Amino acid sequence: MAVDTLLERITDQANRPDPYPLYAELREAGVARQTDGSYLVGTYYDIVSLFHDPRLSSDRRNRAAPYRGLEAEEPEQMLPFIRLDDPEHHRLRSLATRPFGPPHSPDRIDSMRGEIAAITEELLASFHGRTRIDIVDDFAYPLPVTVICRLLGVPREDEPVFREWSGAIIDSVDIRPGEDPTERQRAGIQARAQMGRYLADLADQRRGRPGDDMLSAFVNDPDPAGALTHEELAATAVLLLVAGHETTVNLITNGVLTLLRHRDQLDRLRREPDLMPGAVEELLRYEPPVHMLQRTPLAHVDVAGTTIPKGVPVVLVLASGSRDPKRFRDPDRFDPARQDNRHLGFGSGIHICYGAPLARVEAQIALSALLPHLSTATLAEDPPPYRHSAVLRGPRHLPIEL
Amino acid sequence: MPGDLRDGRIVIVGASLAGLRAAETLREKGFTGSLTVVGEEPHPPYDRPPLSKQVLLGMAAADTTGLPMRPGPPMSPDLPMRPGPPMRPGLPTRQPLDADWRLGVRATGLDLDGKRILLADGDSLPYDRLLIATGTRARPWPRPEQAALEGVLTLRTRDDAARLADRLAAGPRRVLVIGAGFTGSEIASACRERGLPVTVAERGTAPLVGALGGTLAKLATGLHRAHGVDLRCGVTVTDLRGDDSGRFTGADLSDGDRIDADLCVVALGAVRNVEWLADSGLAAGTHGVACDAGCRAFDMYGIVTDDVFVAGDVSRFPHPLFDYQMLSLEHWGNAVEQAEVAAHNMVTPEPRRRPHLAVPVFWSNQFGVNIKSVGVPTFSDQVVIAQGSLRDRRLVAVYGYRGRITAAVTVNMAKWLEHYQRLIETAAPFPPGPGAADGHPLVTEFPLPSDVPDPKGLSHGPTVALTGHLPDRRLTVVRPAG
Repeated sequence: MAVDTLLERITDQANRPDPYPLYAELREAGVARQTDGSYLVGTYYDIVSLFHDPRLSSDRRNRAAPYRGLEAEEPEQMLPFIRLDDPEHHRLRSLATRPFGPPHSPDRIDSMRGEIAAITEELLASFHGRTRIDIVDDFAYPLPVTVICRLLGVPREDEPVFREWSGAIIDSVDIRPGEDPTERQRAGIQARAQMGRYLADLADQRRGRPGDDMLSAFVNDPDPAGALTHEELAATAVLLLVAGHETTVNLITNGVLTLLRHRDQLDRLRREPDLMPGAVEELLRYEPPVHMLQRTPLAHVDVAGTTIPKGVPVVLVLASGSRDPKRFRDPDRFDPARQDNRHLGFGSGIHICYGAPLARVEAQIALSALLPHLSTATLAEDPPPYRHSAVLRGPRHLPIEL
Repeated sequence: MPGDLRDGRIVIVGASLAGLRAAETLREKGFTGSLTVVGEEPHPPYDRPPLSKQVLLGMAAADTTGLPMRPGPPMSPDLPMRPGPPMRPGLPTRQPLDADWRLGVRATGLDLDGKRILLADGDSLPYDRLLIATGTRARPWPRPEQAALEGVLTLRTRDDAARLADRLAAGPRRVLVIGAGFTGSEIASACRERGLPVTVAERGTAPLVGALGGTLAKLATGLHRAHGVDLRCGVTVTDLRGDDSGRFTGADLSDGDRIDADLCVVALGAVRNVEWLADSGLAAGTHGVACDAGCRAFDMYGIVTDDVFVAGDVSRFPHPLFDYQMLSLEHWGNAVEQAEVAAHNMVTPEPRRRPHLAVPVFWSNQFGVNIKSVGVPTFSDQVVIAQGSLRDRRLVAVYGYRGRITAAVTVNMAKWLEHYQRLIETAAPFPPGPGAADGHPLVTEFPLPSDVPDPKGLSHGPTVALTGHLPDRRLTVVRPAG
């Protein structure tokens, strides 16, 4: 089939359960221009090279007119650092990191292990006496949501409120060629503004009365260098809340699905629990939560013999790069003991996933705790129904029989 | 020719990073013969980068930087266990690397004819193939009676670092650092972090000028000054003074000034450990032992040897990206990669041997910034700030030589280095094109002279040096003039 329809086929809901043959076609095609004008890149080394190319912008306001959506008109202060370039990206990401990771908070994630394990046990206790559960609704969604709520300092009971905003935000960044994105984008902007106000208000309530959560840390940093403006705080907090639970749910769910499809590996992990950190890395390679990222070249950029023009959207298909046989031996095999596994699951370069350390710990704890329950479990539906998004790809439900 | 390259006797002289990585690689590549590693220091292999950083800050003890060892392939149970160095505590117990460690004994000579290594204890070791990985040592203060003053130290080994860390912890009134290369600058940085007054004396125009060129070295000057270092450039230390009991009390400078200090660290760069090869007939000189791209040593006539290999800081090797000049490097990454290539080639028949073509990379942490370099910044005529800015102390400086990119240096922006490494590897045109998201058009379009100084005018040695095309410098000396 024509390679310029690859993006349409990849994003087609019918191909959501198994986009990997399309990715193989993409790698074969090299850099492929699509009918909507965007360019797809699916080979490992080309993706890595573009991640490290300073001419590839994460700021959509740099797109040429025909590719510019509503979001391009947003004021800068409302943009989260994931959609900005250095030096602004660096400044905001560094501020956001102060209460989250090294150098200021090197023990933050590690100190949450006990809490994450306790939340996991609580969820597992609810399985008791049931013969059928939905891994998404009963486990993989509530776990990261509860964790990110505790970490940020957001009341867990508000989940129904921000779930809706979050859905609108995720929809607004989905890739749907041939569909006018204006309405989705308008809804996304609105949802971000509402969620931003909600989170900034929560933070304001903690000014001078800090808890041990990150919102408190943002508004009570005694160092003037640590201060975020009101708008910056809102944009950052929205990013962390959305990214903190829309991705890890896929990682855990994909993990369960993959292990139930590879029983030999499931048994092996039960026998050799030390393999779990490597197994999570392999999941991030084999069935990653994030399949694509977009960039905009600020100059004409040559990739693998193709010149991508300035201002045109470039879609980096990470999930394809992580299955590139030129980089990974036997790439379609799920091997928890795989060596030299520098997958693209968390991206690469300056925008490499901020929450990666937390996602790793959550997935390791969650899957380790689930293993004993999975040995006699079976998939009630295979493939399971998938969420609409081709970018953040994962099952909507994963019913299993215990 | 030996029948099976995976059998026989291999001796590695040098038990630091390169020696260890080579030993591990030999076993991984299936070498089953006898493997002996000779090391002058009594310690098992340890890591040096933390010695001028975490150790001086008291964050880690000098004896905790031992390198982890990759085990060899499973040994058959009836093989006798050879004595090995102790494993690093806290690591899971692993099968020790199958090698005979001769630690605490120096190699004193090489008999190429008899294929033997002579050792300081009178013993000799026969070999079928030899790897020379003797590295470097700290260049001492040139006047021995002054170098012997109590309170005059150098920094290269783990014992050096332990001594210096103790002295710093005792709170000297002032520390004098002679030489502002990477080691000297990191020591000065550690002193300031500990709140100690420190004077740095450098013969060149700026700290790090030998590695970065004069233009970017201005940033290093700014770092020293901003952190309260008493920085004296363009001066030499003429004498170290001591009191009646032989304790260091201060130094005289060439500009007539005197520095009162009670601790002195001599950071004048490195000396290659080649003296033991002086009569061997190998091409061994002040810049190291010359070898080909496959790590095989040259003899003094420029003939490549069959069974003698070189890796790490002690080697000089030709590099296609830098006009095939012989490169001399003192970099962690080079020691690892060259050792792996040398080990591969030692047990691999000729057609499947690999060249050592890695682009030089090194890093330094000092005064709260991370400096990382790829390529050879001193192989340049121009430099341009391609990303970031001097003002923010976050930047990428790209170096060019006759219109192509030969190096890049990042300050707090190491994540971009990979991109520039690829440009260097492909000899991309200099200056790099426009379009960097965080570039400043008015800056990126105007390259400046990189202002690379003659290394003879510096107190510090460059950690990367291009040393000409000739395998043996001694031959150049006897060439008749005119």
